[in-house]
Amino acid sequence: MKKSNLTIAVLSGKGGTGKTLVSVNFAAAAESAVYLDCDVEEPNGHFFFKPEITSEETVSAKIPLIDLDQCNGCRKCVDFCKFNALAFIKNKPVLFKDICHSCGGCVLFCPQKAISEEEKVVGKIQSGMSGQVCVHTGCLNTGEASGIPIIKELLKKSAAETTLPVFIDCPPGSACIVMESIKDADYCILVAEPTVFGVHNLKMVCDLVEVFHKPHGVILNKCLETENPAEEFCKEHHVHILDRIPFDSKLGTLNSNAKIAVRENDRYRELFSALLNTVIEEANHEAVADPQR
Amino acid sequence: MKQLLILSGKGGTGKTTVAGALIKLSQARAYADCDVDAPNLHLSMAQTGEAERLDYYGMPKAQIDAERCIGCGQCKENCRFDAIISNKGYTIDPFSCEGCGVCEAVCPVDAVSMHPAVAGEQMLYRAASSVFSTAQLKMGSGTSGKLVTEVKKRMLSSLLPETELAIIDGSPGIGCPVIASMSGVSMVLIVAEPSISGVSDMERILHTAEIFHTSTCVCVNKADVNYELTKQIERFCEEKQIPFVGTIPYDPQAVTAINNGKTIVEMDCPSGRAVREIYTETMRLLQVQAGGIEA
Repeated sequence: MKKSNLTIAVLSGKGGTGKTLVSVNFAAAAESAVYLDCDVEEPNGHFFFKPEITSEETVSAKIPLIDLDQCNGCRKCVDFCKFNALAFIKNKPVLFKDICHSCGGCVLFCPQKAISEEEKVVGKIQSGMSGQVCVHTGCLNTGEASGIPIIKELLKKSAAETTLPVFIDCPPGSACIVMESIKDADYCILVAEPTVFGVHNLKMVCDLVEVFHKPHGVILNKCLETENPAEEFCKEHHVHILDRIPFDSKLGTLNSNAKIAVRENDRYRELFSALLNTVIEEANHEAVADPQR
Repeated sequence: MKQLLILSGKGGTGKTTVAGALIKLSQARAYADCDVDAPNLHLSMAQTGEAERLDYYGMPKAQIDAERCIGCGQCKENCRFDAIISNKGYTIDPFSCEGCGVCEAVCPVDAVSMHPAVAGEQMLYRAASSVFSTAQLKMGSGTSGKLVTEVKKRMLSSLLPETELAIIDGSPGIGCPVIASMSGVSMVLIVAEPSISGVSDMERILHTAEIFHTSTCVCVNKADVNYELTKQIERFCEEKQIPFVGTIPYDPQAVTAINNGKTIVEMDCPSGRAVREIYTETMRLLQVQAGGIEA
């Protein structure tokens, strides 16, 4: 199926700069849209959308299941595991579930065929509607180390969507989990706050989106009257600034109460709608400029 | 020696701002930044000396020798990480490769080999009265938990004599790097934010700490942004018998301090005054309560 829609990822490097604010309000301003919360360690978009949950699926990772009756203690599995998730205790392999990366190597290389795989639940995806916005929330179980399997499942929903715009709320940082979240995006929005902390992390996500050749622009959030190191960084490095959102205690209060500003107040609806139009124009322009994408 | 770890669950609540202030106030002789994905503590803690730098090797990455490859596709079929790209022959996507070695082991003609890969850099600053261990993960890298463990190890192995307190700035979230940062600490101070999101994230990080038997206390930053939710957090802590150590008001001067490379206790400002009370209470708790694990 040919995709005619745009997938827009919102990321920031530093936490708390306003990724969720931007992605939630964009999805709400677009009216008909898909919103994916890929910040699976701390998913918050659903507090804003309060969707009526219509489906819930668990997400699992595969972990080895060792049949000790079949095992002859050759320790091939233990020697193979690069993650040290298998220890050799009393001549038998013992699995440390939390360290296992689910590579399947131990299963493949057991000469006795003593290892099969079982599913270990690591989290869930909840889906539901909020007005015309389809909300998918990934949620990692507490105590689990990696949310990547959940993000991979979430992105399948984005890939399946062919008409509505998709907004991806990414996790903070610039590590593998963020990279996974932006892989299929047509356009990346980087949200930055006016501090030297914000700049340091903005630089890292700029590098990340550049490595993946993603067209991108910056939204400067919580701008104060004073100097803005993030703005200076963008100017100096020719990073495109989409807009500046001034620090606004009313917006802050709405946001802290998990209210969608666009749905509460016409002024914010206009602000985010205009900004969204800018982003869509740019993203479409980039898509035309680079038909390969 | 006591180790105090600062965490938040949600990003941007003020972990580093609070950590920097506590380091200054306590004159901690050891501190570390375990937010290896987006480290910022070094921006508030000006260092005079040069860093002792060390490359950090994460997991090795696979490489395919195109001359040997017969194009059988076994590697791609067995890779669980979608790290093998087939496009006129087979190559490795280094960002997806997790270094498990399955491709190397299944290749019938030994065309795949594993190579060490630099995934980040560790920096150690030694001064007359403190050591500071930090690191920067390369963007797009995994294995951040392993690097967190290295950062802490490096701090602990470089301690100055008579170090009584180490302060560790953590990372947002509840996953691998956070879990790695919790090991061996005496107590976690959680910097919460009075928003619906912040409350949920605080509960998730408290639950994670509980799973790993780590004792906790809570403070609220930007408390006046939403008084009701600040009260709610206080009540929640009371119910769960988690010590509540104080609140910090929203303070634009905090931004000024940060942008000048200072901590909030080096300026006369409302947030700086508030954090002093949090400091006193946290130190008291560390002394009496930290029945936790001594490192």
